[in-house]
Amino acid sequence: MALLNKILLLDDDSDLLVLYQEMLGHLPSKPEIRTATSGARAITLLESEPFSLLLCDLQMPRMDGLQVLTIVRRKFPQLRTAVMTAGVDEQVRSRAYAIGIDLFLEKPNNRNEIRLFLECVESLLGKKEQAGFRGIQSKSLVDLIQLECLSQSTSTLKITNGTSVGQIWLNEGEIIDAEAQDEVGEQAFKRIMSWKTGNFEILPPDLDHTVRIKTSYQGLLLDSAQAMDEASSFGSVAADQPASSVPAALEPISRTQGVDFAVFATSDVKTPPLHWGTENPIPLADWARATAQRFQAIGTNLELGELRSFEAMGLQQHVGIVPRPDGQLLIGLQRSLPRSEMKECLKNASAKWQP
Amino acid sequence: MATITPKRKPTVNNLRVLPSGSFSVDTNGSLVSTTIGQAFPRQHLQNIATAVLQTFRSAEEVALPLTEFSVVYGAFKITARELKGGAIVFLSTAEKVK
Repeated sequence: MALLNKILLLDDDSDLLVLYQEMLGHLPSKPEIRTATSGARAITLLESEPFSLLLCDLQMPRMDGLQVLTIVRRKFPQLRTAVMTAGVDEQVRSRAYAIGIDLFLEKPNNRNEIRLFLECVESLLGKKEQAGFRGIQSKSLVDLIQLECLSQSTSTLKITNGTSVGQIWLNEGEIIDAEAQDEVGEQAFKRIMSWKTGNFEILPPDLDHTVRIKTSYQGLLLDSAQAMDEASSFGSVAADQPASSVPAALEPISRTQGVDFAVFATSDVKTPPLHWGTENPIPLADWARATAQRFQAIGTNLELGELRSFEAMGLQQHVGIVPRPDGQLLIGLQRSLPRSEMKECLKNASAKWQP
Repeated sequence: MATITPKRKPTVNNLRVLPSGSFSVDTNGSLVSTTIGQAFPRQHLQNIATAVLQTFRSAEEVALPLTEFSVVYGAFKITARELKGGAIVFLSTAEKVK
């Protein structure tokens, strides 16, 4: 059975995304088009569902296209990748091909270029899988850090594990500091290394960061490996290690067709939100809480009855807030979802909430 | 001898009549036009307008730019559409809420 072609479009310009979504929707293979406006969001989407092709812009704030493609090639070696850019620079083109992209496309400017662009994308979608090595699959955190150190990288690695967030600072291939929860330095590094699953992103280098770690990266990784071996021999699991990257309460929602992300903001603002499919759950949880409170207050004042739901259509995606006895359930819906199906999708998804 | 005072049934005059209609608001939160009768206090419309604008603006701050939203209550629905920094707001009562 033929798999449905799915394309992920990554560009920081949401107007362009709408335009490309419209153009690619007319391809003969009728692919499903999803969009992302940041590299982090694109990686989250790639982790949560299979795609046939990633079409990526190069010039983006925070994580640029080449950084995204480097991560994508490592993490999703089977995924076809194409760059679409406005400014063609031969050096950039060479770097992109060196990363292992399938195609380097110029953003089309006229009817003829649009036709050629669409033909190229269609041919990529039709391309059969070829045997052979295309990349490195499923790297552990140790492998990732080793790669960064060996390539003499100066960068900041941000690692997210459930509700825990850690950062590791690298300077010319040496680990200079780490932070995780309340810990800093080597302790924080060890804590991060004890996480077994999660997401990561490479942030721009922080050249003025304080050096708190003086041990070589080999020594640090060796210590961490030893600690992990000891922990596994006792069958222990780190306290902040979740069983899965999707919280159990949100797992059925994550499998609902049309749902992009979900955040559960508890009434207690100090409790971290449960989340799936988003990189910034805390601001989203705060927003959901404040929005629900604002309209609950109006409802009480005007005796309008209980607040049942908040449904919103957005430029990038649609969202819904469903009040629950112990908090607010914020659900992100795909922008491609027709208005008529939005309410039903929100209802289906919220019914699957398992407190 | 004690007298018995008959208990009175409360009158229904206090029941609030929910409005139906629409109004528009500019970027500063001032009411521009409305089809909602004078019986509904303007302060309530102002409160709804403020909440609507706050919602559009706060959504943008968390990278969720919204074009339109509906708030569904047991007996009422507020629908708001973003309008160049301001908004047009539709109010409808229970029988019209799907």
